[in-house]
Amino acid sequence: MHKCNVLVVGGGLAGLQAAIDAKEAGMDVIVISKLHPIRSHSGAAQGGVNASLANNPAGKDDNAERHAFDTIKGSDYLADQDAVEIMTAAAPGLIYQLEHWGCPFSRSEDGRIAQRPFGGAGFPRTCFGADKTGHYILQTLYEQVVKNNIQILSEWMVVSLIVDEGVCHGVVALDMQTGRLETIEAQAIIMATGGGGRMYGRSSNAFTSTGLGMALAYWAGAPLKDMEFVQFHPTTIIGKNILMTEGCRGEGGHLVNKNKERFMQKYAPSKMELAPRDIVSRSIQTEINEGRGFSDPVSGGFVHLDIRHLGSAKIKERLPGVRDICLDFLGLDPIDEPIPIQPGQHYTMGGIDTNKDAATEVKGLYAAGECACVSVHGANRLGGNSLLETLVFGRRAGQSAAKYVAGLSDRIFTKNTLADAHKRQEFRLNKLCRQSGTKNPYQIRDELNLTLDDKVGIYRTEADMKKALTKVKKLKQQFEKIKPAGTDTRLNYNLIWILELEGNLDVAEVLVKGALARQESRGSHSRLDFTKRDDGNWLKHTIGKSSKEGAVLSYRPAKITKYQPQERKY
Amino acid sequence: MATFHIFRFDPTKDKTIRFDRFEVPDKKGLTVLDGLYYILENLDGSLAFRSSCRAGVCGSCAMHINGQYRLSCTTSVKPLGKNVTIRPLAHLPVLKDLVVDLTNFFRHYEKIKPYLITNDQPPKKEFIQQPAQRKKIESLIDCILCGACYGSCPVAAGEPNYLGPHALLKAARFIFDSRDTNDRERINLINHNLGVFRCHTIFNCQQVCPKKIDPSEAIARMKMKTVWSKLRGFFGS
Repeated sequence: MHKCNVLVVGGGLAGLQAAIDAKEAGMDVIVISKLHPIRSHSGAAQGGVNASLANNPAGKDDNAERHAFDTIKGSDYLADQDAVEIMTAAAPGLIYQLEHWGCPFSRSEDGRIAQRPFGGAGFPRTCFGADKTGHYILQTLYEQVVKNNIQILSEWMVVSLIVDEGVCHGVVALDMQTGRLETIEAQAIIMATGGGGRMYGRSSNAFTSTGLGMALAYWAGAPLKDMEFVQFHPTTIIGKNILMTEGCRGEGGHLVNKNKERFMQKYAPSKMELAPRDIVSRSIQTEINEGRGFSDPVSGGFVHLDIRHLGSAKIKERLPGVRDICLDFLGLDPIDEPIPIQPGQHYTMGGIDTNKDAATEVKGLYAAGECACVSVHGANRLGGNSLLETLVFGRRAGQSAAKYVAGLSDRIFTKNTLADAHKRQEFRLNKLCRQSGTKNPYQIRDELNLTLDDKVGIYRTEADMKKALTKVKKLKQQFEKIKPAGTDTRLNYNLIWILELEGNLDVAEVLVKGALARQESRGSHSRLDFTKRDDGNWLKHTIGKSSKEGAVLSYRPAKITKYQPQERKY
Repeated sequence: MATFHIFRFDPTKDKTIRFDRFEVPDKKGLTVLDGLYYILENLDGSLAFRSSCRAGVCGSCAMHINGQYRLSCTTSVKPLGKNVTIRPLAHLPVLKDLVVDLTNFFRHYEKIKPYLITNDQPPKKEFIQQPAQRKKIESLIDCILCGACYGSCPVAAGEPNYLGPHALLKAARFIFDSRDTNDRERINLINHNLGVFRCHTIFNCQQVCPKKIDPSEAIARMKMKTVWSKLRGFFGS
């Protein structure tokens, strides 16, 4: 059995940053991940990371306060303002630290870190490494993990958190390579498992971004917050829905409909293509719905992202990854042709409910990054703030967990707690491998994907979401009768996808219930039957807690410091 | 229809390897990874393969496809013809089917001290790095550690302790970075018969890299640098 002070679940940016800081604080740390850390989906982040360095001449008056204001306005005022202030104040220091660790940021002519404009930001504030920023930061953090000799359990999938009387004591995990269930005892656990994009079909996310980590915390008694706020990225390529970074527009790219109009003129005349993502996605969807988009028989409606006028040299220097994706998956070169794009699910604003120290309601359980909801993104995240969140709150999670462990007195549970948890998981796995069901798990997943795509997408109505909720409940029942995964648990990917699906279904239920209950339009949550933001009734977070009857919702007011809600215009 | 011929082997059960044959329906834009998922979900739930991002950036799904090491997610089926033959990465123990044990691969990576080393106290803000200096590492930093180069390298086949193109490329990424100040130690880490001088410039790595990186060129540059540093030492300057 493994044992440590702090166990970090997930090896992406938030997890690695948390591990480095917990180690720095003197903790014995293990990182456990279902993927080798270098495979984490953080590495797919393209456009950049925000910090008010004021390096760009056009951003010389930028500062943390302006960054905070843009973030809060972008969030449609649902973000907790104290948490946002912490994040934007910490940003420059964390970027300099990454740079000192060797992160290869792109440079301006004077040799400082280059910064590009991004959606919803008053200044060019987004630091970047070409269009591979996530890749460079992930490599850099992994390098530091190697340097600091932090133990990694790679391809170990956590299947349950061990909680006894509201205190977290460890996890039960499947060692995918041996097929054995293992118990890991830990005094504090940090969830850093990423988003749940794959509840949707049309998603820019990796196949492995299923939201299982959120489900694990939810099952362990930590509520999920604001799950109804789902970011649809305006520009994903048709078909596979792979991301075309906001950097395409930051560098000057245009969105064009089939009549060759730059339609953002109508929706956000001052910011144009660089309005926040919720607004641009709705604008594209409206163009498609009203017949001004193009149509593909398989992939549906789309418009064009045109970067041709940037010229070959700039595209090759600043957007080489985007060009490769177009060549590989669309067979076209964006130097010569416009890119067919449509909005796709991209980011989970909601997540495991944490406070600004990354702590959950469960003692010893922390969360950071996309799986968590502090909330710094509120109802709509600004581009470049997700990587920042992973660094700032990854660090805070690492430090908070270390402080908690340092303050613990004696162990407060018996050995049976661990053994019992192990036995329960053995029983569960045994059932999944041997039961006599007939339902195809992939069919359940496909139906869930379709349901969320069609009924809980960019535009939402009560009628649609009621149907979605009924469907999700039905799929949960069907899950009880799925066809078994096969008895060999060693590298059994069928079993792994079934475990993911079980989490998917429960998190989706919280999402749909939250969306149905919220009778207003705010940020990414856009209802055709309640079209206005309603600060009187809804300036509050949705808290979804697990119960025997499914998710139970309650609410908590958003924290306002000095920015009073205003109408959100761009 | 495309016919997939897939390498199957479970060392805990099987005495010999075999190739299983699966028929995969064609569709527009079908990739090899799409085909593998079709098989896993519809034909044989016991098939083992790694994947994650499906967009050519995570490096999970490098394998040997119709004679070449490449990422299954960025490889279209259509240009391959009717038959797709898939094997796992070579020179690494097979754990099951297309999943190999990368322990040795990452051990080599760790041996070259894969992190920036600076002797100076870092500045209050960023290190100044001119665009021309950044340009010197531009072709070295995109490696996703997928292992395609390692699988294709005949030297790695014969010598499991050879550092390999991936680890040497990582070393180059620091040696040619203006911020890294520990050249002497860096060069000692690669200047041996399991390091740069083991590379026989066969250029397979350059041909297969899905990120169009050229490890052989980087290794050649490091050989030059190593020789120069030895000469400098010899003449005592």
